[in-house]
Amino acid sequence: MAERGTFRVKTGLAEMLKGGVIMDVVDAEQARIAEESGACAVMALERVPADIRRDGGVARMSNPAMIRGIQEAVSIPVMAKARIGHIAEAQVLESLDVDFIDESEVLTPADEANHIDKFEFEIPFVCGATDLGEALRRIGEGAAMIRSKGEAGTGNIVEAVRHMREITGGIRRLGTLSATELPSAAKELGAPLEIVREVATSGWLPVPLFCAGGIATPADAALMMQLGAEGNFVGSGIFKSEDPERRARAIVEATTHFADPERVAAASEALGDAMTGIEMSALGDDGRLAERGW
Amino acid sequence: MLAQQGDFASHLEHLASVGAVGSEVREPADLNDLDGLILPGGESTTISKGLERDDLSDRVIEFGREGRPILGTCAGMILLARDHLGLLDISVKRNAFGRQRASFEEELEIPGIAPGDPFPCIFIRAPWVEESGPEVEVVGELDGHPIAVRQGSTLALSFHPELSDDDRVHGAFAAKCREARDSGDR
Repeated sequence: MAERGTFRVKTGLAEMLKGGVIMDVVDAEQARIAEESGACAVMALERVPADIRRDGGVARMSNPAMIRGIQEAVSIPVMAKARIGHIAEAQVLESLDVDFIDESEVLTPADEANHIDKFEFEIPFVCGATDLGEALRRIGEGAAMIRSKGEAGTGNIVEAVRHMREITGGIRRLGTLSATELPSAAKELGAPLEIVREVATSGWLPVPLFCAGGIATPADAALMMQLGAEGNFVGSGIFKSEDPERRARAIVEATTHFADPERVAAASEALGDAMTGIEMSALGDDGRLAERGW
Repeated sequence: MLAQQGDFASHLEHLASVGAVGSEVREPADLNDLDGLILPGGESTTISKGLERDDLSDRVIEFGREGRPILGTCAGMILLARDHLGLLDISVKRNAFGRQRASFEEELEIPGIAPGDPFPCIFIRAPWVEESGPEVEVVGELDGHPIAVRQGSTLALSFHPELSDDDRVHGAFAAKCREARDSGDR
């Protein structure tokens, strides 16, 4: 009996993306450049986060015609974003046969209290998390991959670093607790006890952990891999830079050879200008996307 | 264990559990002294570009032609085919079962690689073998499509034994590597 949409099949695709770079693209042409540069998947969206930030307004799921165009242009997996809690957008994306759905804080949230029940879908979901509790809540709702929630569209890696350290540090702390102490830890984390126990025993999340938000250079990509990310999402950092194709290749190379500074150095040469970055204090409270979702 | 991109960490865990020592291959020097090589699941386009970038393609072909055992899973099967490394005389249809929504798991009897109980086969945007040359042995089929093929000491699978809890494929591969090493047949 063939079974589709099982947890193993969902996390299976996330496993396949490990060690790779998932790139934001807004049209078929960018998708082809991303594939040609070695991306392991593309994220189809109408505007990259830097432009969403600039334009303001409500950011929604992308136009299905644009997603189809990208699916036809490349053979690598195609992901797309749904608003937090927007079940109908997720259903539309599933009907389009996208390979992965990102329930993303980069879009304007549709539900302030509830995330999507991801078990209801055959397609896997990736969700953002700023710390271990948030990661485990999303896994409890059926997420098949977790990514950091670094401030998208800023070209500033500082928030992603904080999230990655929070998550990996939280995992290590759980490993030091006795079985008796885990229920109280689960209460503090606001996370399902069963998953807390699993993480305490295995020493890792039950799903792959990627970095997202703020990667602009090959060294940023290498940094996040060294901090425990199992792969990288790159949004505005590629197509907002001076020479996207070359930068895309360089970030792919640095993600594979993250532990080899000479290779990262070689990849960082002659890249042209990186995207212009934004300091966190310049965002103001309303500009912080990571605070969307709970 | 080729480590350009993909689920190589899962393969390494399975190797460890069958008592084999695995290491990550990212550049040509990493291939020295290995008794066998696994090409993991992942994105075949990404891995194939990585192999070219890191000057590994020719070295892997040489490695296989010396008769050292190679196992390829999913993307690994695509890389071993004629269009890429050419270590298997096969042509492969990529994403043959469809996109992710069509991905599935199924217990299949494949005596040629896992005698006894059925093997838990996990197919993720999986390929199948479209056509193969006379020296290729079809070891397993699903709905009439070859999903496990062998030629000499090279084995390719459409599915992911590394994502299951079953160690039989890795156990057999490790045994084959030891055998090849001990016979000194290189």
